[in-house]
Amino acid sequence: MWDYTDAVKEHFINPKNVGEIKDADGVGNVGSIACGDALRLTIKVDENDVITDAKFKTFGCASAIASSSMLTELIKGMKIEDAKNLTNDDIAKALGGLPKEKMHCSVMGREALEAAIADFKGAILPMAQGEVVCECFGVTDLEVIRAIRENQLSTVEDITNFTKAGGGCGRCHEQLQALLDEQLQESAGTAAAAPKKIKRMTALEKIKKIEEVIEREIRPTLKMDHGDIQLVDVDGDFVTVSLRGSCAGCHSSHATLKGYVEKKLREQVLDTLVVEEDRP
Amino acid sequence: MSTQAPEIIYMDNNATTAIAPEVLEAMLPYLQEYYGNPSSMYDFARYSALAMAKAREQVAGLIGAHVDEIVFTSCGTESDSTAIFSALRRFPEKNHIVTTRVEHPAVKTLCDNMENLSGRKYHVTRLQVEADGTLDMQQYRDSLTDDTAIVSVMWANNETGVIFPVEEMARIAKERGILFHTDAVQAVGKIPINLAETAIDFLALSGHKLHAPKGIGVLYIRKGAPYMPFLNGGHQEHGRRGGTENVASIVALGRACELAAANMEVENTRVRALRDKLENGLLTSIPKVLLNGNKHMRLPNTTNISFEYVEGEAILLHLNRHHICASSGSACTSGSLEPSHVLRAMGVPFTAAHGSIRFSLSPYNTETEVDKVLEVLPEIIAELRNLSPFWEENSN
Repeated sequence: MWDYTDAVKEHFINPKNVGEIKDADGVGNVGSIACGDALRLTIKVDENDVITDAKFKTFGCASAIASSSMLTELIKGMKIEDAKNLTNDDIAKALGGLPKEKMHCSVMGREALEAAIADFKGAILPMAQGEVVCECFGVTDLEVIRAIRENQLSTVEDITNFTKAGGGCGRCHEQLQALLDEQLQESAGTAAAAPKKIKRMTALEKIKKIEEVIEREIRPTLKMDHGDIQLVDVDGDFVTVSLRGSCAGCHSSHATLKGYVEKKLREQVLDTLVVEEDRP
Repeated sequence: MSTQAPEIIYMDNNATTAIAPEVLEAMLPYLQEYYGNPSSMYDFARYSALAMAKAREQVAGLIGAHVDEIVFTSCGTESDSTAIFSALRRFPEKNHIVTTRVEHPAVKTLCDNMENLSGRKYHVTRLQVEADGTLDMQQYRDSLTDDTAIVSVMWANNETGVIFPVEEMARIAKERGILFHTDAVQAVGKIPINLAETAIDFLALSGHKLHAPKGIGVLYIRKGAPYMPFLNGGHQEHGRRGGTENVASIVALGRACELAAANMEVENTRVRALRDKLENGLLTSIPKVLLNGNKHMRLPNTTNISFEYVEGEAILLHLNRHHICASSGSACTSGSLEPSHVLRAMGVPFTAAHGSIRFSLSPYNTETEVDKVLEVLPEIIAELRNLSPFWEENSN
């Protein structure tokens, strides 16, 4: 059984914006029944280039349905220019994450959005012009390269998880590895050309970054469980927070603090941070 | 007769089964007071040895074998591997294996790997199946050669329940002097088996498919069949399988086989009737459905139905909300990206392969449970089809 987040379950059981806009301004059709998932996204765009409505129909598993539902929620009210920058990771994050084998569901959402925007603008999608690498799922080299770059993929298995390429007969694994090597070499080249200076963060930068991660990621996740969090103090590497709402007094709050909050902050700010709870 | 928490409707008995209360009761003393090693000399250890001897009789009784032909193993997969490797090593000059395209991974993966061995290359013939999942016997006859070391064909398919004519196939193999193995983990306990009257050389069965615990299996080795052990070690099982015996689980398996023999009629009357009610109910109340597998040559407890234009994992998760346990041949449930190799071999169209659901019943299921599935599933399918971009254009 997959370990789906509550948000995935909720959007699967009660999907939002199901259907088809009859006089849509943009239509995006991606996937196929043979591949096991498909999504038809229809959008309505007003004269200011704002997406005023979005509806979807999806054939696929729970995470495909949830990704589609979340996609429509995210883009409603968005300007086309902003929607263009939406990544599959934005969809996955909004769902509190997807199992890695299911990341391709979020990619399908992003692809449908791009197709719908291209249709709205009367443009041709660049991805469709690439060369098919994976015959089983009809994935092109451009799609694979893009997934590698956007998601920092490092193995063939990653590529399969994100694009499905290589998930069938497996004959394209060598080609996928070659694309991967190419991309890794390229990114190593750019890194060497402009060596990144490892700069020590100032105390202020550190606090700002911690605040940002709490706001963007940690608080929304805790809120799903009716909890909340507040930053109290940062002293060197010691971060003091207070847990609110149903997190306060929850017997698993210590696990939340160490296993989730501290982990997130270490990943995204500094790996020496220690998170402690403020106790009155 | 309920062994599960009352709210669970368990219809996934081809995946695993509940341990029967009688089975648990029989095995517990061998996890508690009688822990002696059956190979030891004192009386205390003899309790274990005697219990094992009784279990061997019980297993032999269910499948019409002699007690000396029963070797206890750790699972069905070990039994399958042991049989196939044994044949390949006893006949090192032979390079050919005959099997089917619809085997369980226990046999399928082993054959695939043998074909890709570096250095030594085996040649594998995978028999094609018809659209209803049955085998083409002429293709089978034609596939056998002097180079064939072993034939391995499952007795009944785990996904569709389709039964293969392994008795006839074993006879044909024997005429050619070829060893015959069958993975019978789905058949044992569900249909009568009398190995004394067959030419089958090796048969694998698994405890947890017939209300014994996981981690216990049997390899039947016909008397006189050429054999070489897979696990080398002590003299256990007359030197045919090294390793201290899993006494408690062996006792459990024995009791489970005895129960299965007693339940054989129930399985083929009451369980079959429940399965038929479920199947007919779903086929008549939901449009655009397909039955996968031959309706007649089939296990009494299994039904595999495809709901077109919807995806299996989504169906299962909705069933799960009603505490109904079933399984699917859809790609998404397995983590692989392609639907079941069994349904693909049968040529089930993609519109249907992704939306296949298998219900596998046991004597513990009730009519109320079947009614519950018949009540909720049509609504689930309708809801998911409402979401499906392929439904509207294909619904008529």
